[in-house]
Amino acid sequence: MEQLYGYFLYSLSLLTFGGIYAILCLGLNIQWGFTGLFNAGVAGFFAIGAYVSAILTAPESPRHLGGYDLPIPVGVFIAMVVCVPVAWAIGRVCIRLRSDYLAIATLGIAEIIRLVFKNELWATNGARGVSFVPKPFEAWDSPWDQIAMALVVLVIVALLYIAIELARTSPWGRLMAAIREDEPAALAAGKNVERFRLEAFVIGAVVMALGGAMMAHYIKFVDPKMAEPLKATFLVWVMLIAGGSGNNKGAILGAMLLWFIWSITETIAPIIIPDSFAHVVYPFHLVASWFLPEAWMATPIAPDPVTGLDSWDSKAPFLRVFLIGLALQIVLQKFSSGILPEQRLQSLADTDDASARAARSSPS
Amino acid sequence: MSVLELTDITGGYGETEILHSVSMRVDEKEIVVIIGPNGAGKSTAMKAVFGLLNLTAGTVRLNDKDITHLAPEQVVRKGVCYVPQVGNVFPNLSVEENLEMGAYVRTDDFGPRIQEMYELFPDLRTKRSEAAGALSGGQRQMVAMAKALMLDPKILLLDEPTAGLSPKYRGEIFRVVRDINSIGVAILMVEQNAKQALNIADRGYILVDGQNRMDDTGPALLSNPEVGEMFLGGGTDKAA
Amino acid sequence: MIDLLNFHIIPGLVLGSIYALGAIGVSLVFGILRFANFAHGDTMTLGTYITYTFIHLTPLYGIVALPLALLIAVPAAMIATGLIVLIIDRLFYRPFRNSPVIIVVIASFGMMLMIRSSIEMIWGPQLKAMITGIQPPWFFFDTIRVLPKHVAILIAALVLMGIIHYLLSHTKIGKAMRAMADSPDLARVTGIDTERVVKATWMIGTALAVAAGVFLALDGQMKPLMGFSVLLAVFASAILGGIGRPYGAMAGGLVIGVAEELSTYPWIGDGPLLSPGYKAGVSFAIMVAMLIWRPNGLFKGKVF
Repeated sequence: MEQLYGYFLYSLSLLTFGGIYAILCLGLNIQWGFTGLFNAGVAGFFAIGAYVSAILTAPESPRHLGGYDLPIPVGVFIAMVVCVPVAWAIGRVCIRLRSDYLAIATLGIAEIIRLVFKNELWATNGARGVSFVPKPFEAWDSPWDQIAMALVVLVIVALLYIAIELARTSPWGRLMAAIREDEPAALAAGKNVERFRLEAFVIGAVVMALGGAMMAHYIKFVDPKMAEPLKATFLVWVMLIAGGSGNNKGAILGAMLLWFIWSITETIAPIIIPDSFAHVVYPFHLVASWFLPEAWMATPIAPDPVTGLDSWDSKAPFLRVFLIGLALQIVLQKFSSGILPEQRLQSLADTDDASARAARSSPS
Repeated sequence: MSVLELTDITGGYGETEILHSVSMRVDEKEIVVIIGPNGAGKSTAMKAVFGLLNLTAGTVRLNDKDITHLAPEQVVRKGVCYVPQVGNVFPNLSVEENLEMGAYVRTDDFGPRIQEMYELFPDLRTKRSEAAGALSGGQRQMVAMAKALMLDPKILLLDEPTAGLSPKYRGEIFRVVRDINSIGVAILMVEQNAKQALNIADRGYILVDGQNRMDDTGPALLSNPEVGEMFLGGGTDKAA
Repeated sequence: MIDLLNFHIIPGLVLGSIYALGAIGVSLVFGILRFANFAHGDTMTLGTYITYTFIHLTPLYGIVALPLALLIAVPAAMIATGLIVLIIDRLFYRPFRNSPVIIVVIASFGMMLMIRSSIEMIWGPQLKAMITGIQPPWFFFDTIRVLPKHVAILIAALVLMGIIHYLLSHTKIGKAMRAMADSPDLARVTGIDTERVVKATWMIGTALAVAAGVFLALDGQMKPLMGFSVLLAVFASAILGGIGRPYGAMAGGLVIGVAEELSTYPWIGDGPLLSPGYKAGVSFAIMVAMLIWRPNGLFKGKVF
């Protein structure tokens, strides 16, 4: 019974984390899926959301800025508002860049944001981070606090989904799609393409900040590690590509699915993988150990009794990253439109844009 | 015998069909000109030879061998060279390096061939170590042609070689085209300056809307009133 | 003043030549394959670990001194890593030769994760040292203080750049690489074997990445994220030099390296101008500024 209860709590945490990633994915989908902006700086906006909301709501501490004791919803709201001018400024200067330059620039800016949070000790407590971030419903008894938290996140996801779907089919969304499909035509029609792109960039960033704030309140802690690109940018990208960029349902599904895989490999891999993995590798290892110097054999089969490092189960987390990378490659090559491909808007399907694009890219 | 023969070529870029069953041929030592209004598919027909197109039907034969589905670099190895209309030189490479690249598929010593090219295009000798991108439009066109001739091709494809050139250079290019032809290279070229082109052409094809409209000898097309109205009449020869 | 030279300019030049070597590879790949290869940093790391393995694999180590062991191990690692990268290209990049650029960039994201995690699985996540022990510095004119390894890195980087210059300006494949960087379409219709040029590009870019990684490890430590941590500085160098232009990348690398080190010099007052924590940010900031105001690079360059 107790074990079952544990599984129940674990699945609630899966849902909550998956939901937070779904928020990030929806934000990225606005930027990439609908507008074609290659933002590789998801982590930056995520971190701004997390830090701002955390500092505004955390109890006073001599280690960092704070003591404002604002209610959580106010903190989250201000975090999103703070993100507007930041994203606007970044978008203003970067948005004209060719796609991979935009990726490099945004990755660089996200790293600068991370460095600021890491180095401005007076405000953020540096690498040690901000702790005691309040969590909604934490006064409630378990499991109701967890259930409520999961529900809040899922409701936010649902509301975002509805809002973005409405926006997508609105004139604004159609125009956005038209710009992505055929920018010269949109320009010729007298549309201020750059302004619409900037709007999409800012809205997407604000959604990412919301995700960051939710994360801070869920795990009750923020530190600069959260803004490292692996989990806060690249994983989100893989989720969106796998789920189907341009499709909001796909974004949510991709986030949930990939998070389940990510989390379950972390939990289960050490149980399942070491034996099977070691059995596969052992013969090679044995043969190799006969003639290779000991120093080179960095990988003993048995865990190091002192550090626990270098054993096969310590490798499971890395295997997981490898599999995520491989999954991305497979999706790109075999299912390039993701699990749920984008539903093209009717008015766009009419225009023969595929051929127009082909003609443009042809050698002349 | 035909050096190059296109039969019922149908296709385009991606899924858009630009050419509808276009046929044409170039015989040995001929100059053949393709003319037609903008968007008629003239340059596209040329690209079909080079495998740069999605063909849904038709064949391209070189000396009676099917080359329809060969990659561009293989077509070059068979002795067909192509000078695109724009971007036909490597701008950051020197003139001489451009010629060396033209000879990329050669494995023998092509030094003498470079000297021959300098004799054919004396202007280029003095500019040999300058970046091709820094030359004038006419000189660039000459580099492009010299580069294409490095392989001693059986047939040379020229896509609007005089586009955007001053009248002085235009005459020069037509003279060079004739010179090249006189050493035994067949030539297929697309031209906007229909009158001048037909003057030096053995035969001409008129393409309209991606279809063959007319073909005849150069002089016959020049004197054809319908052609005159379409391409040669008074103001239509803009550059003249 | 001598501190400026000893503790900022010389280490800056060392770091800069490492960035430059990485940036040449990024620039070549960008020029010829037309995409920003985000996995380049991790290629550096992979090459470093393979070098490390070769050093400990050759019974030479222990018999001969480290410099000689490196001279044997590094070229071998360049070839081994190059071959791995060719396989990666065949499996993960080549299917997208005719796709929009962005797909290949995303594939390189995936490659980044795969290479990095492979390194962590094979060699473990902990720090390693390429060389152990502390070298006493050399002194010139009693005041200029240089670590022997820094001298070695600078000389080796210069030699490598010389080789690259020779390759690009005097060999057929090098000229074909420049031609393809100028215009891939024209290269194809000229008869240049573009896949061969692509292979040469990967081999050369990877060889330089291996050298850069090994130098980085000699200068500091080996860890699975070492390459990724300099990726943005390497991009910054390539962009500063005008991406797609290998000579610009060399200059760009040196500028970025020195700028990073100079940012911590006490120009105003006694404290460092910028807290050392922001050192890495200097290159990002230069890069972002360049992208926005001079995307063609400091020197005459072009954007593809």
